[in-house]
Formats: sequence, C-alpha cells, structure tokens
Amino acid sequence: MALENTLIQEKLTQKFGNSVTNFATMRDIFTLEVNKDKVHEVIQFLKDDEELNFHFLTDLAGIHYPDNNVDEQFALTYQLHNWIENTRIRIKTFLNGENPEVQTITDLFLCSNWMEREAWDFYGIKFTGHPQLKRILNMDEMVSHPMRKEFPMEDGGRTDKDDRFFGRTPVNC
Amino acid sequence: MSDLLLSPEQRYAKIIEEKRNEDGSELNVLNLGPTHPATHGIFQNILLMDGERILEAEPTVGYIHRAFEKIAENRPFYQINVLTDRMNYCSSPINNMAWWMTVEKLLNIEVPKRAQYLRVIVMELARIADHLICNSILGVDTGAYTGFLYVFQFREKIYEIYEEICGARLTTNMGRIGGFEREWSDEAFKKLNTFLEEFPVAWKEFENLFERNRIFIDRTVNVGPISAEKAMQYGFTGPNLRAAGIDYDVRKAAPYSSYEDFEFDVPVGKSGDTYDRFCVRNAEVWESISIIKQALAKLPDGPYHADVPDYYLPPKEDVYHNMESLIYHFKIVMGEVPVPVEEIYHAVEGGNGELGFYLISDGSRTPYRLKMRRPCYIYYQAYPEMIKGSMLSDAIVILSSLNVIAGELDA
Repeated sequence: MALENTLIQEKLTQKFGNSVTNFATMRDIFTLEVNKDKVHEVIQFLKDDEELNFHFLTDLAGIHYPDNNVDEQFALTYQLHNWIENTRIRIKTFLNGENPEVQTITDLFLCSNWMEREAWDFYGIKFTGHPQLKRILNMDEMVSHPMRKEFPMEDGGRTDKDDRFFGRTPVNC
Repeated sequence: MSDLLLSPEQRYAKIIEEKRNEDGSELNVLNLGPTHPATHGIFQNILLMDGERILEAEPTVGYIHRAFEKIAENRPFYQINVLTDRMNYCSSPINNMAWWMTVEKLLNIEVPKRAQYLRVIVMELARIADHLICNSILGVDTGAYTGFLYVFQFREKIYEIYEEICGARLTTNMGRIGGFEREWSDEAFKKLNTFLEEFPVAWKEFENLFERNRIFIDRTVNVGPISAEKAMQYGFTGPNLRAAGIDYDVRKAAPYSSYEDFEFDVPVGKSGDTYDRFCVRNAEVWESISIIKQALAKLPDGPYHADVPDYYLPPKEDVYHNMESLIYHFKIVMGEVPVPVEEIYHAVEGGNGELGFYLISDGSRTPYRLKMRRPCYIYYQAYPEMIKGSMLSDAIVILSSLNVIAGELDA
C-alpha cells in the first residue's frame, strides 16, 4: 500500500504543530514548508520514523527570492525519497536574507555534504555544524555568491549585445 | 577551525609531521590531476600516500564548471537543451530527452506514442554508448586495450545513428518540446537495424574477453567495494547503486516516456565493487538492446511530435507563406507563450543514475531557478572513502568504474 499523503501530513502536524505548514501536492510530489529552526528535526523524523522511512536524499537546492520580505529571501528545498513505497516529498524552508543560516543535515545524509557546500558556494547559505563548509565549484578566492539574483550573468559593460533591441529588458528576459 | 577547512597541503603537512614524530614514517603528498591521462577527464585529487597506499584523498572539483544553472536562468526553455548536452557528454540524448520531458511536464504536453517510443530507442542507444565507454575504458585502465578497440567502433555507429536523427554526433541537441524536430529517416532505421545485428556479437566477444579473465578479476574483485547502506547514504543511483545490490531504477520506479510498455530486468550486483559495477553495466547493455528491439517491433505510426503550436516551431516554409505559422514562430522566438507558474521535478534514469531537473517557473520565458540533480556530482563524494587504503593503481580503476564524467560533475 502506498504511503498516503494524509498520513504524512497527520504525523507531521501531530509532532511539529505550527512549524510545518502549507501542505500541498505539486503534480506528483507532496510538498510542505518547514520553519528553518525545525528543518533538521523534521528531516530526522521523516527519516527515522518506521512508517514514513524517507531514507534517501535526492537533492538539495538553494533558491534566492530577492523580492520577498527580508525573512524569506532565501529558500532551501530538500527532496527526500522513500524507495520502498516509492514516494517523494519536498520540504521547503525560508531563510533570512541578511544572514541565511540553517542547521546542517550531514549527520543524517552523507551525500548532503557537497550539496550543502554547493548551496554555500552559490548562495552564501551557512550550514551550522557542517564539517567542511568551503567553496566547491568556484575558486576559493571568490568573494561573491554567483547564483544570487543580483549577480549579473554577463559583464554589464558589454555593448555588443543590447537586448533592448529585441524587446527585452532585465525584467522580462 | 576544523582541519578540513585548511587546504589539503596544509592539512597533510600536519599529519606528515605527526606521523614522523610518532614512528618515523615518511608520508608523501601526491597530486593526481587535474589533467592526468589516466583519469579521463578533469579530476584533481590530492593524495596522502604511505608508499603505494592511499591514506587520504581530497578531490578538487569545478575545473570545468560552466555555471549552467546560472545560464539557464537567462535562457528560454528551448535554448537550455544545448546546456544539457554538455553535462554527461557520453549520453547526451538522455539529458536532452530528460530536459524536454521536464518542460513537457510543466506545460502539460502529451507526447504522441510514436515520439515516446523513438525517445526510448534513442535513450537506450545513449545508455549503450555510455556503458560501452565506461566498461571498455575500465578495460584499458586494467591493461586490456583489445576490448576497447573491439567495441569502440560501435560507439561510432551509434553516433552515425544520432547523425541521421539530428545531424550532430556528440552534443546532439536532439528533439524539441513535444517530440522530435523531424521524422527519423529510413537511413536511420537501416543503420539502427544493422547496429542491432552486429553489436550483440561484438558485445558478447567483449564480455567473453573480460568476465572470466584472471587478470581482470584480480584487478577488480574487491576493489573499491561499497555497501548498500553506504551507497544509499552517499546518494548513489544508477548502475553504481545497483552493483551494491539495490534495485532502484527510475525507469521502473516512475516510468516515463512509455517505459512501462517494455519488459526488461534490472540487473543487480552484490558487493558493490569494481567487478560488480562492470557486470551490472554489461548486463544493462543487454537489457537496452532488448528494449530497443521491443520498441522497434511495437513502434506505432503517427506524428513524431505533439500538436502544440504554442511551443513547437512551425516548418520554416510555412512561416513565409502562412499567417498562423508566422505568428506562432514570432511568439515562440520572442518568448510570448504562456508558461504556468509551478515547481516541477522530473527524473530519468541517466547513464550514471537519477538525472533530475528541478524547475521553478515564475511564468516568464526563462526558468526562475533550475537545479540539475547530477548523479556524478553526488556520488563522487564517496570517492575519497572508497580509495582509502587502496593502491594508487586501484584508485584509477575505481574512478573509471564509477564512470564519473567531468562535464556532469561540474556542470
């Protein structure tokens, strides 16, 4: 029997109350939002609970929302997968824009090590308790976090590519 | 500050000093890579060696990082396909198809059966090419060049089939949103049939050369083993995971593109060592051949792309003579087609494991955020642990058997 979304929701709300919100099914994936202080606990619960058993971390992605209010300018999504029931779940958590910080989950999933380093490298999200939080794909000397939206993709001084002539502005490109 | 935050040279210098004071042993630091001919790609590992044995390793990745995720945020959907080519360049059609399927999932496009079957055929061809390279190069790394020479011409044949389908060979940029850009030519099917006749013979011969070969077994059995538990912890997917004994395959777990219509087995290994990885890939090639044969036998007639004028470019000659085509052409190129606001995750079984695209769309012509789940990047983390305590020459063999592709690692 497949793992029902309602069961996951019930268990999580019972355990975490108001820290887990916005349950929704986005196409084939059940999603929820978690308060950033509870991320580690929720993931640990999802992993260790015998019925839920989300034992595989598929992916971890940082996201930048510069237009949100300051407490929600960064987001992290964790995708967990239960292979036995073949159920996926996606957890989203919002982080502060000035000091994005969240507890590491490297103690739960070894593979989150590089994923968290990638999020640090590209978004500057700090993972407290991470054993080796340093840049991974970019060079160590780099000072900026290039996947943030304010970081331009190309040199702003270029004159040979003027997108305005094609009806595009920085906003609608 | 944790020692791990230091550069490997500084960290190793400490260990060497300690060891020297402790028992007078002389450890060495060896820099393997970034461009070493034995590593088949841009991989740097800074190794701490005790004679021939590896005590510690620290990989440096990112030498060919091209910021695909950043570029993708500035490109319309149909231009992102060329980025996916360059991830796992040994099996680019799988990446291409994975990307189109992600976009189709976002846009709710139903792809015709024929296009789905054609996609299965080309994806399985790509899987054969991928496994063929991995296994034959593994042979080269253990000192057996012959097998590589036998089968490598068949990668050329596969590339010729790609060429018939899309005109390109390595970075294929194959397909469009909703299907293919053109119907497959008769020549493509002819080449495919010839391939299906000739390749199994060569692959059987290749297998015979290696599977019970004393030297090969000595070099690979119990080299770089990983337990199922550890493999799962490290995020392994694909053949490397299955070699450890877990039968997770995206094609079975979440069938896409009509994979549910075909019968195939998911080969698994037991100990997760280099030999098992080799055998799993070998067996998967046979399964792929069988899937292609089934798909060809059942190939339905019908259109080769979905009827979605909002997203599928009209034929060029119509653009000049037909008003609607001109309008659609303009709208697609200028990015004025409707895109839903949604978050989508789509995964396929790539050459090396679960290749996933996590696409956040804000309704504009470009993705708001595109996260590529690149299997290589995730499982390469396990490499330092896997080579710990083994010989330097084994480290090379383990790296080849993991089939880490630099393009996918760094994206």
